[in-house]
Amino acid sequence: MSDTNVAAETKQTARELMIPKFSFRKHGGLVALLIILAFNIAVTPNFLQMQTLFVNISQVATIAIVAVGMSLVIATGGIDLSVGAVMAVAGALAPIIFQSSLGVEYPVAGLVLSVLIPVLVAALCGLFNGTLVCVLKVQPIIATLILFISGRGIAMVMTNGQLQTFNMPSFSLLGTGKLLGFPFQGWLALGIAAVVAWIVGKTLFGRYLLAIGGNEKSAHLAGAPVRKVKIAAYVICGSLSGIAGLIVVAINSASDAARIGNLMELDAIAAAVVGGAVLSGGRAPIFGAVLGAMIIQLVKYTLLANGVADEVALIAKSMIIVAAVYIQQSRKE
Amino acid sequence: MHSSLLKMHGINKAFGGVSALRGAELEIGQGEVHALIGQNGAGKSTLIKILTGVYRRDSGTVDFNGKASTISNPREAQSSGISTIYQELTLVPLRSVTENIVLGYEPRRIGGLIDWKEAHRRSQEILARFNIDIDVKAPLGTYSTAIQQLVAIARAVSLNAKLVIMDEPTSSLDDNEVAVLFSVVKSLKESGVSVLYVSHFLDELFKICDRVTIMRDGQTVKNVAIEDTSKLDLIANMLGRNADDIESAGMTEFAKGEAKTGDVILKTKNVATKRLLRKFDLKIHRGEIVGLGGLLGSGRTEAARAIFGVDELTQGEIHLAKGVPQPVTPKQAIAAGIGFLSEDRKSEGIIPDMSVRENLTLALLPNLSRFGHIDHAREKELVASFISALGIKTAHMDQPIRELSGGNQQKVLLARWLVTNPSLLILDEPTRGVDVGAKLEIQSIIRRYVDKGLAVLLISSEFEELVEGADRIVVLQDGISVSELKNPGITEDTLVRAIAHHHTPEQQAVPRQENAHV
Repeated sequence: MSDTNVAAETKQTARELMIPKFSFRKHGGLVALLIILAFNIAVTPNFLQMQTLFVNISQVATIAIVAVGMSLVIATGGIDLSVGAVMAVAGALAPIIFQSSLGVEYPVAGLVLSVLIPVLVAALCGLFNGTLVCVLKVQPIIATLILFISGRGIAMVMTNGQLQTFNMPSFSLLGTGKLLGFPFQGWLALGIAAVVAWIVGKTLFGRYLLAIGGNEKSAHLAGAPVRKVKIAAYVICGSLSGIAGLIVVAINSASDAARIGNLMELDAIAAAVVGGAVLSGGRAPIFGAVLGAMIIQLVKYTLLANGVADEVALIAKSMIIVAAVYIQQSRKE
Repeated sequence: MHSSLLKMHGINKAFGGVSALRGAELEIGQGEVHALIGQNGAGKSTLIKILTGVYRRDSGTVDFNGKASTISNPREAQSSGISTIYQELTLVPLRSVTENIVLGYEPRRIGGLIDWKEAHRRSQEILARFNIDIDVKAPLGTYSTAIQQLVAIARAVSLNAKLVIMDEPTSSLDDNEVAVLFSVVKSLKESGVSVLYVSHFLDELFKICDRVTIMRDGQTVKNVAIEDTSKLDLIANMLGRNADDIESAGMTEFAKGEAKTGDVILKTKNVATKRLLRKFDLKIHRGEIVGLGGLLGSGRTEAARAIFGVDELTQGEIHLAKGVPQPVTPKQAIAAGIGFLSEDRKSEGIIPDMSVRENLTLALLPNLSRFGHIDHAREKELVASFISALGIKTAHMDQPIRELSGGNQQKVLLARWLVTNPSLLILDEPTRGVDVGAKLEIQSIIRRYVDKGLAVLLISSEFEELVEGADRIVVLQDGISVSELKNPGITEDTLVRAIAHHHTPEQQAVPRQENAHV
């Protein structure tokens, strides 16, 4: 009897010894975030200041919002390269609306419409992507490449390729306002993540989404409306990109179609993957994507704050993706 | 018989102590079209894989082209003149026809560059030998499966193949395409190339094969010239039964009239689909098990897919209870009270990363949710009750289903349908690949539900399961429901006979008793 106890105990210790390795796989993102934070506290000047926190929150919010949408698309086994371009479309559209004669005459209606219409257009972009993928069976990477290229072009045409500056404090609140002392878009990102996480975890749509990503044929035979669910994932991703585009414009009080959301697709995919999404589908860790976005933002910030050149920062970002994919591979086994 | 090109003798092969081949034999003559048939698991593919160097034989001799063969990998098989056309094509659909034909053997110019002009010319010439005139510069994937298959054959021939192995070449072809394929096989034969032809479609063999080798349980049971045999004889040998017994079992036990067990739940009339099904008639009542009998490729699974709204009907009607429209998607079929346990548990059944709970309730979800929100409490309650009622062995209901044994996975999938409280459940090979214990449990679960009024359409390759389980058996041949047997009175022999008996569509109209001749 005592012998078995000893054996059990040894087993217990052995298991405890294995915990760090095991949990690194599962909570690698969290560990990485803590390491980067610790590094910054030690090295980066003035890191522990409210100002730094606010800057990072306002920057990370857009990545997080888009990454949440991207997670849904990736969960279906797809990918959306057009998110950055869709941000540009939405971002270019908003000032045009509230600066139009109608917007000037009825400022409240103009403000509301300048939020609603761009998000609606972004949703339509998602619908376009989803239709190409699900109805015309175009591969997601190609289907979304179309808007990736043409979307930014459309945004440039709408603004004549010029920087549009504006003075519209009520709209700029979206990017500069504060709620309970923290940047508004930080709350917005958290709220969106919470709602989407609830959708994924608790609703019919979420269950179908994961089932379709996990095994589309099985899901179809079990009655899942495969096409609708997949298209919806692209539409949600498009809409969230639209919201992110508005935030970027609001932060700058200017819209520059050439720059809004530039390279956002890479950040969003990286955030989702770092957060635990699997490119073959079937998983949608929403808060993981938020965590991934935080890591990517912090790495960017760290490099910038320590005077590392932009080009080098890009290389660093790609290293994160490589590391994330590596961890993902080992997770599969 | 011509002089022999290939002689495999006394081949033994075991996988981890389980013997797959026991003294198997195969002899193919020069320029001969040779059929290799047998049920699933008879050892056909193992024998072919030994021939092509995929597996190493444990013992036995292989002589090819007059000398002892030393082939130890597929590449060597190819270079010594054995080409295999697999069921799943192994070509590159996005590259041009030419590239596919010359892949790995491209003609070179000085400096090592590929001589495309010569490559295209050569491809065209090779295809012309089979009367195929297509644009060789176009991507292969733009052509039909049949053309792709012919390109694969052309490639094989261009590599100076002496023996071409075709594994189920016609399973994805339509009638016209099959005709083209046959003419290619004939021209191969005329040019002295031998063909090893593996097929489940026995009627085909009589059209193009010279000899046939029959395998059963890892052994070669017969090697006979095609004109000296009959379809009945082939089937009897495949199944290991005596042809005379099957013959004398006769059709006398056919019951006539319809002893109704309950209301008609499903009726199909003249149903045809693009996949194999040509004329399928069926009637199922409440509380009965109707079996679908037939060889592989006779259209059993396709019949199930048609009823369940997976495949589009090209002809015919499906009638359910009054007022319920004909389902055109699985979702509608489920709503109409039908369930479909598919044959391929891995690729069409489980969602491997999801939990037992999520897998079990997948088909029920719409009824488990209000305004899109899943009622988790009720879900857990239902799952718990089914886990205990069906004896599903799982650590907890949130364990990923991939971690369960095959039998328990199957029980979860069965529960996925039972929990929807269907009026008709289609079971496609419900006990395949599960151990004996689980098999008996699954059968008794099904019986329990049938006694309570569930109607079941049972597809099984195990005749025992059909004969003992089904109240009636509808026999399919080449996508046509040709006859019906009624229990009590069905024996495995009568079933085999009904399956082997040759029917033509015209004969179908004739009363069954008059069909009793072979």
